Amino acid sequence: MTISLIAAQFLSGLTTAMFLFLIASGLSLVFGVMRVLNFAHGSFYMIGAYMAWQVVTWVQPTGGAFWIAALAAGVSVAIFGGIIERLLLRHLYGVDELYQLLFTYALVLILGDAAKFTWGTDQLSVHRPPVLDGSFQWLGTTVPYYNLFIILLGPAIAIAGGLILSRSSAGRLLRAAAYDREMVGALGANVGALYTGMFVVSSFLAGLAGALITPIESVVPGMDVQIIVDAFIVVVIGGLGSFWGTFWGAMIYGQTLSFGILAFPQFSVFAVFALMAVVLIVRPWGLMGRPIR
Amino acid sequence: MSLPLSRPMLRSARAKPWRVPWTLVVFLLLLPLPWIGSRYDTFLATQIVIDALFAVSLNLLLGTTGLVSFGHVAYFGVGAYVCGILMKTYGFSFAIAFPAAGLAAALFSLVFGYFCVRLTKIYFAMLTLAFSQIVWAICFKWDAVTGGDQGIADVPFPNMHWMSAIPGLDGLSENSRFYVLTLTLAAICIAAMAQITRSPFGRMLTAIRDNRERAAFIGLNVRAYELTVFVVAGGFAGFAGALYGIFTRGVFPDYVFWTQSAQVMIMTILGGMNFFWGPPVGALVLDWLNQEITNYTQYWPFVLGTILLVLLFALPGGVLGGLTRGYRAVQRRRSRLRTRDA
Repeated sequence: MTISLIAAQFLSGLTTAMFLFLIASGLSLVFGVMRVLNFAHGSFYMIGAYMAWQVVTWVQPTGGAFWIAALAAGVSVAIFGGIIERLLLRHLYGVDELYQLLFTYALVLILGDAAKFTWGTDQLSVHRPPVLDGSFQWLGTTVPYYNLFIILLGPAIAIAGGLILSRSSAGRLLRAAAYDREMVGALGANVGALYTGMFVVSSFLAGLAGALITPIESVVPGMDVQIIVDAFIVVVIGGLGSFWGTFWGAMIYGQTLSFGILAFPQFSVFAVFALMAVVLIVRPWGLMGRPIR
Repeated sequence: MSLPLSRPMLRSARAKPWRVPWTLVVFLLLLPLPWIGSRYDTFLATQIVIDALFAVSLNLLLGTTGLVSFGHVAYFGVGAYVCGILMKTYGFSFAIAFPAAGLAAALFSLVFGYFCVRLTKIYFAMLTLAFSQIVWAICFKWDAVTGGDQGIADVPFPNMHWMSAIPGLDGLSENSRFYVLTLTLAAICIAAMAQITRSPFGRMLTAIRDNRERAAFIGLNVRAYELTVFVVAGGFAGFAGALYGIFTRGVFPDYVFWTQSAQVMIMTILGGMNFFWGPPVGALVLDWLNQEITNYTQYWPFVLGTILLVLLFALPGGVLGGLTRGYRAVQRRRSRLRTRDA
């Protein structure tokens, strides 16, 4: 195994990890605060990707088309998520969690078909933004600037998110709600607005991640149900509801996948699932989560 | 394990001298279908019967014990693959492959279930999902044995020549014979599960569903009970899978993908998970709707999602739950009218 091969695998694992972190962090926050396991999070990610493609097609000649598209995708998915929470999900708090699971699964079915209906079943792809076109050499391996951007963006969002959670008053409220939401409500906090806000932020992250992946992977139907399983694994490894746990869970996932391919080419997917199962058996609440009663 | 049931409960269980053998009734009603229905009817009915068996096995966990398994399709898949591989690759007869499929599925659920029952609620659901995706990954990647993404095509029909010896069955086509075979096997499995649900063991499962802590408090080994029912449900799911692989003449990794687990769960809840016969009703409604709607549009998932939304918001008890409620309301009104008349 040469240095350049290790470097290449490490960087590809890092890129995967940062995408997964962007997607899984929203999933984890929503579970931590609202105790809803959102299957539709993958669908939000898919809609984000399609929206990005759509906006890029519309504003093609403009210089910053990609950046406009990424922002538009995030914002539109965020608004959509907010509407879903306000109109539908809200009525299912407090009912059996089975019904919440099935509700989000109903969204998966409906959104998957809506996307097929709107954008067809062809593979769509988006070009890298011109600023980040090109690549450089590092330890004998070629690194596209775009991947470097993603690798830097991930930790940046993680640190920003971590700071918001630990320093701002909204963050404090969120952490309090994760511990005991009834108590927070009893203390006079507007839990309803908190939930909506949480869902909007989580949807924004999903939409943004969907938009950012378009230069690397093509947009296809079915990407929603594929990614959600990966995001689940990340969240479970790191600990449901734990923000930093999600970050490290994504790192572990990315590297396991990327080096697993070297060790046993056929079963790298299997390695990741096995990792998740082991974590669930040894520490059901994840590496950095805490037991939930 | 033999906990004394409270006496009134025992007596009420024994008081009924005669019970309608519903499985036998349904079996006898469905048996003449190949003679009176079209080929298409027989085809659809075969699918419904297999799905009904699968959904009833899930409901042992979901409705009876209150375990939300999001990976039940794993054991269905194991059954389908084991039966398919034995019959196609190794040329075993159905009489060996079918029991082997159920056994293998039960074995898998024993291993996976051992870890799953340590967790509760959402974590249980997640771990069952994880294990089912492991099974999917194996099926998808292990080309040498499972055929990878190509799956196993052309799984042969079982040898059903012996049916010719039975008067009345000798004129039937191969597909109709398979329907009769499926119906018979599914009826036996469903009858067995009905018996399990009614048995003291089944009552204990319901006690666990209603209150896990109290069940443990009165001395029940909750995990042992949960593991047992997990294995039983997995085994029956394996039987359903074995039949399904033959029915569709092939076994493919798609059968084991996690969305299939959601599908069978929707069936169960659509019919009504609080009723033993809810899942078959759900299978009937969903499979029939699927066939009807895919004639008009390819957007079946959209329709299914909409059905699910309506179900969750308007009809949480499922079809049977709704019917029961409607029936009770009519009865109440009638009795009110009667008292007014008198």
